[in-house]
Formats: sequence, structure tokens, C-alpha cells
Amino acid sequence: MRTPLSGVRGLGSAKEGVAHWRAQRLTAIALVPLALWFVISMISMVNSDYQTVVAWMGSPLVAAMLVALIVAAFHHAQLGVQVVIEDYVHNEGIKLASLALAKLVIALLGIICAVAVLRVGLGN
Amino acid sequence: MTVQNRPLSPHLQIYRPQLTTVLSISHRISGIFLVLGMILLTYWLACLASGPEAYRDAYALVHSLLGRVVMFGLSFALFFHLCNGIRHLAWDAGYGLEIEQAYTSGKAVVAAAVALTLVAWLVALT
Repeated sequence: MRTPLSGVRGLGSAKEGVAHWRAQRLTAIALVPLALWFVISMISMVNSDYQTVVAWMGSPLVAAMLVALIVAAFHHAQLGVQVVIEDYVHNEGIKLASLALAKLVIALLGIICAVAVLRVGLGN
Repeated sequence: MTVQNRPLSPHLQIYRPQLTTVLSISHRISGIFLVLGMILLTYWLACLASGPEAYRDAYALVHSLLGRVVMFGLSFALFFHLCNGIRHLAWDAGYGLEIEQAYTSGKAVVAAAVALTLVAWLVALT
């Protein structure tokens, strides 16, 4: 529906407005405990063999928290990279292409991680 | 729309670096470095999901000398970004916005990041 508001939504430097800002803060809050848990887990398994790591990931709770970590981290990373690109790339065409590429690549990496975790966690 | 090269007033050439500005750009740099780390994480998880032989390669890479150096840098980047990120969240909630408070919290963030990195590696290596 073509209202005066719909015509201007998305324009201007704010683009999507506060949604980006909120998502960045929300993923950040989620990442504080998730990232600490991940680091502690990795340190505890620093010299562990394949079977030990696989067994650890076999726990449904661990697999779920890893997926939560992956979603939060990759979304947070995408938002952060977006801000950096918007700050330093001024050619509109290159900027849009870079933003699209960054979003897609980060999304793909996140999907690869999530699939790997589910594959190991659910048992090959 | 192209960028015309209009003259800019000097900034980096004349402003003395302060704790606030240095930590701000460090937060961004550590964030970018962590994105690279996430690529490494993707490789590690993909190797894990591909079986013991593939995992052995990932393990060897991480435990090599270069791997350990990179992991040390990544761990410090993570702890710094985490601690400074909490500092940012406090600002977003409206706390600690005075200059003296920003300097105090800034020093606390650097100290915490260094301490966490050292403790983490001490535990990991023993």
C-alpha cells in the first residue's frame, strides 16, 4: 500500500532504524554466558581426542547450546560487519554488494557450523 | 553516486590517542579478528563432523606453533571484546557515561581481558 510513510521507510541513514541496534544488543547479551561457556568447555577439552569431543556434543543440552551460540554469534557478527562496511565504503554500489556478500557468506558459515553440530550431536 | 575527493580537516594526524578512542577502535578491530576466528571455528566443526581423520588435521593445525599463536591472539580478542562489550551494554543502559567513569571502566576492561587471557592459558597449558 503506497502511503507517504511506506515511501520513505528504509531511506535515510537509519534504514531499518532501531531494529539493528536492538538485535546487536540482544545477541550481545546472549553471547556473554554462551561465549564464556564455550571457552570454558574448549579449555576443558584442549587435549581431548575425537571420541571425547563427539561424546560431549552428543548431549542434547550441549548441542542445543552450541546451536544457540552459533545463531547468536553469527547474527552478531553479521550486524557488526554491516556497520563496519557502512562506515568505510562510500560508493553506494560497492557498499550494497559488500553488504550482500558479507551477509550471505556469514549466513553460510553459520549454517555449516549448525549442520556440523547437529550431525555430530545426533550421531553420524 | 561516486565520492568526490573533497578536502577534510586532519583528525588522526593531530588528535592525541586517548584510552577512550583506542579502546573504541580496538573493540572494532577485535570484532573483525573474531569474525576470522569464526571462520576457523567453522573449519574445526566441519572437520569434527567429517570423522577422526579430518579432525586430526584440524587438531594438528590448532596445536601447531602458528595455531597456538593465533589462538592466543583470538582468545585475547575474545576476552577484550567481551569485557568492552559489557562496558558498551552498561553505557546503553545509561551507566558510566561520565568521563572519569569511562576511563575507570576502560582500565578495568583491559585489566580483566589480560587477566582472563592469562588465566585461560595457564589452565589450558597445565
